[in-house]
Parts: sequence; C-alpha cells; structure tokens
Amino acid sequence: MPEPLFRKLPDLAPGARIAVTVDGEAVSVGAGDSAAAAALLAGVPATRTHPAGGEPRAPYCMMGVCFECLMVIDGAPSRQACLVTVRDGMRIERQDGRPRIPSPRSPS
Amino acid sequence: MTAGNGAFDVVVIGAGPAGMAAAIAASQAGAAVLVLDEQAAPGGQVHRAIESRILKGRDDIDGLALVRAFRASSAERWPGAAVWQIEPMPEASDRGFTVSIIRAGAAQRLAARQVIVATGANERPVPIVGWTLPGVMTVGAAQILLKTGGNVPAGRTVIAGQGPLVLLYASQMLAAGVRPAAILDTTAPGALRSALRHLPGALADLGQIARGLGFMAAIRKAGVPVMRGVRDVKAEGRGRLEEVHHLSAGRWRTMPADLLLLHEGVTPHTHPAMSAGAAHGWDAAQLCWRPLLDGDGETTVRGLRVAGDGGGIAGWRLAAMDGERVGLAAARALGLSRRHGPSEADLQRRSARHRPLRRFLDAYNRPRTAILCPADDVVVCRCENRTAGDIRAAVEAGCLGPNQVKVMTRCGMGPCQGRECALTLSALVAEARRMTPDAVGHLTIRPPLKPLTLGELASLPASVQAAQALP
Repeated sequence: MPEPLFRKLPDLAPGARIAVTVDGEAVSVGAGDSAAAAALLAGVPATRTHPAGGEPRAPYCMMGVCFECLMVIDGAPSRQACLVTVRDGMRIERQDGRPRIPSPRSPS
Repeated sequence: MTAGNGAFDVVVIGAGPAGMAAAIAASQAGAAVLVLDEQAAPGGQVHRAIESRILKGRDDIDGLALVRAFRASSAERWPGAAVWQIEPMPEASDRGFTVSIIRAGAAQRLAARQVIVATGANERPVPIVGWTLPGVMTVGAAQILLKTGGNVPAGRTVIAGQGPLVLLYASQMLAAGVRPAAILDTTAPGALRSALRHLPGALADLGQIARGLGFMAAIRKAGVPVMRGVRDVKAEGRGRLEEVHHLSAGRWRTMPADLLLLHEGVTPHTHPAMSAGAAHGWDAAQLCWRPLLDGDGETTVRGLRVAGDGGGIAGWRLAAMDGERVGLAAARALGLSRRHGPSEADLQRRSARHRPLRRFLDAYNRPRTAILCPADDVVVCRCENRTAGDIRAAVEAGCLGPNQVKVMTRCGMGPCQGRECALTLSALVAEARRMTPDAVGHLTIRPPLKPLTLGELASLPASVQAAQALP
C-alpha cells in the first residue's frame, strides 16, 4: 500500500484502540475514528472506484455530504464510511464500481 | 420527555450549536422536544468530539458548556438518526409534520407540531481541475480527522483557499507539530479594500479579529511559505494527487504534494427545508441559497423553522443565539414560554452587535468567479462526472433551468443528490443565460434526503397512527 495520507498522534488521541481490517489488512485505530478515517490511516489508495468512470475516489468532505467514501462495511455495500464509527472486528472494504446487493436472507 | 408515542411538540434536526440551544430553550419553556442528529455525539461539526478531546481555548470551553447544558436539559436526544423526509401533515398544515428518519438500520415516522431545522453549514464546493483525485480533500475534512482521532497529514500538504478555517486549521497543524508545505491564499487582490468599510463595526469583535491575526503570526513565525493572490489552483496525478499547480504574481508554479486541502468558506445546508417546500432566495453577499425567514425563524411553511447557519452563515456563537431565539419562538407558537433567561428581543439585540464582522468576512473572503462558475474542463458533478462544459452545452441546447440540465446530463442525479454540485449548477445556468441564480432557481430537492434501502423502507410501520397505537 502507498504511504497513508494521515497518521495518528497518540497524545491527541486518548481512549481505547480498536482493531479493524481495511481491505483485509489489520489496522489499529482510535475509538472515535470513522471507518473512512481508518481507510485513510491504513493508506488505501482509494475507498471506491467510480461506477461510471472506474477511476479511484477517496473521502473528500468527511461529514456525510459528498458520498465519495461509499464502502462495503461488514458486508453491507454503499455505507457512508465517514458516518460509521469503528467497532472491534469491523471489516472495511473498498467498493469497486457499482454496489453488489447482497442476496436476500431466506425467509424463515 | 415525549408528548405521546412518537409525537413531540418540537423536533429539532441537528445537534450543533443552533440545534442544542433551540432544544434547551424550547424544553425550558415546557415543550416536549426531540433532537435528531446524524453524529454519535452532540456538538455539530464545530464542537465535534468536544467531550473526548483536549480543550484548547475559549471556543472549546464554551462549546463544552453548551453540550453539557444540552445533555442536562429535558430534551430527548437521538444520535445516529438521519432524517429523510419532512412533510406537512396531509389533513391541514397547521396540524404539524411527519418526520421520517432512519436509525439503527430501521425507518420510522414521528409526529412534530413544530420542526426546527438546524443542519448548519457545508463547505462550499471547490470545483477545480483534479478535485476528484484521491489526496484532494477539504480543510474541514482534515479538521474533522484531527478532532475525532488526533489524525494529522502524514505527507507534503498544501492548503489552498481562504477564510477563517484555513488560518485556524493551519495553526492547529503547527500546534500539533506538523508543518504545511505551503499555503496558497486565494483571497482576491483588492478584497481587503472592499471589505474595509465594514471594519469599524467589526471592531466590536476585536477578540475574534485578534485571534485571526494571532493565527497569521503563528504561521509566519513557523516559516510556512504563503503565496498571496493565488488563482487557478489545479490538482494533477495518476490515480492520486502528485502535483499542485497555481498561478500567483503572474507566474505558473508547480509543487509536489501528497495532500491538497481546499476551502472557500461555508454555505447553508438547505436540502431539508427545501424538500419540505420552504422558499429560498439567492444571497448575493454570501453567494449561496438561504431560506426566506420571518423574525421568528419561520420559513414560508407554517411551523417549519430554520435556526443557525442553515439560515445564513454567521458562525457558531451567533448560531447558538439564533437557536435559542427560534426555540423560544417555536414554544411561543405552542402557547409556552420560559420564566428565566434572556428574552427573544434580548437575544436579537445581542446578536445584532456581531453582524458587522460577518459582513467584513463576506466581502474579504468572497470566492472568485471561477470557483462559482468554473472552466469547461472542470468536473462539477462528482457523482456523475459531469463538467461545466456539459452544463453549458445543455443550456446552449435549450435547457432553461437546473432541473432540465439534470434530466439531460444527469448532473445532480447521483448519491449526493446535488449537495456538491447544485450551487455550481445554478450559477452556471444563470451565467449562461445572463440571469441571476434567483431567476433560474435551484434543483428541486425531493425525499428521501438520504438514500435508504428497500429493506429499511419496508421496516416502516404502516402509518404514524399505527406507530402511536403501539404499546
């Protein structure tokens, strides 16, 4: 992976550390970080590829406005990663092109 | 405190300074108040994560006090709740509203007699060549990363733009021991001269002005290169940002960069009130849309109010005063009033003293025309990859307004629903037709305000009445 765009200053990040995976790689982040922040700290080159153009895209606004950080989180597609706070064991993955809609649960 | 299952006297949307102050005031007057907020903790963007970070300065201290007062109030708080529809009740509009939300993966509907939209501001879109490249973000985005997790830029960082947030964030970076590679100040030459007439009045806010000058001094002392009068900032790179180009003092310059942070001020987030049918007008001083409000913060839709920066940019302290006043007005409309605390008139007088500083900043940090109406090769709609040239061509082909351009080009049709392009779209159509943005209008904003899945929609109880009938 390329060098991350952001790094964490431990002195400014009190609180627990949370273990998540970004595109399968283990990353340790802070309790207040969003899934989009985790992706930036992990150094992924993109959080999604554009559904029409295919070019890489990454978080732009970090406050729920731009929808550039649509990612697959714990298997659910098109989540606004900047509005999702990390949890232990969270699986954060790049969304390639159009979202894949998970198959519906079988009726019980 | 609920007035009944799923029914509230006042529903406040947004837990920033205006929303918190409105909720405190209305609940002090005895109203049953619910506050809906997308974030996990109250504070809004300005006081984001204020309860868990190290406080620095007066703004943080006062912000934390407001959050504590909000938590101590009787207002009910629902964090992690996104509003996707606000509609006047069908029978008669003076009966109130149905507010549809999504929370914890389930949709639900609430009844509100009064609605206060306190959704604050968004950063103005900064459509430049290459702004869709990974490595290009807003200054506000970088500040959110700092506030919520102590995260700072790791590589060569160029800040391009203007306004108080640029100075604030640059000095916050320096305080954290991180040095920007350069600051490209896009303030137009001559802007200070045109702003000076507002300076005498603005001196009432000497503290704020001194603070800004202090940031500038810190940046100078740290030896950060600052280019003045910058224009035509461009981002270039293959797959991610590699170089930043700009024009200053008549010369093109190129610098290598890993991160480019853009900021050209903030504009009201108008989607929620627009979607409910409230009339909006173009603010020629702040170059943005704002809702038409009466003295009580009421929109053209009876019972629907807007408080704080969502009604016009004024900064967080004025937003809190406005919120308190609008909260009291909403309570008054329900026949309620509070015994203690400043009156609506007191709050009005107090906030009027601080208006001149904002007028100074509006003139001083007025974005250049190219930010509002970019060149043909610049992407305007990030979601659908539509350029300014595509929009001009659509107008040339006969589109009269933003809605027609949207249908013809898909500009504004993507997941962000026009949040990053609607302002530019109206400005471009107006420019091409030699009209004002007011005359060509804004994209029609329709619910759902937030995308929701069919599964989430299916989780809705059949009606508000059905929800109320639940035990």
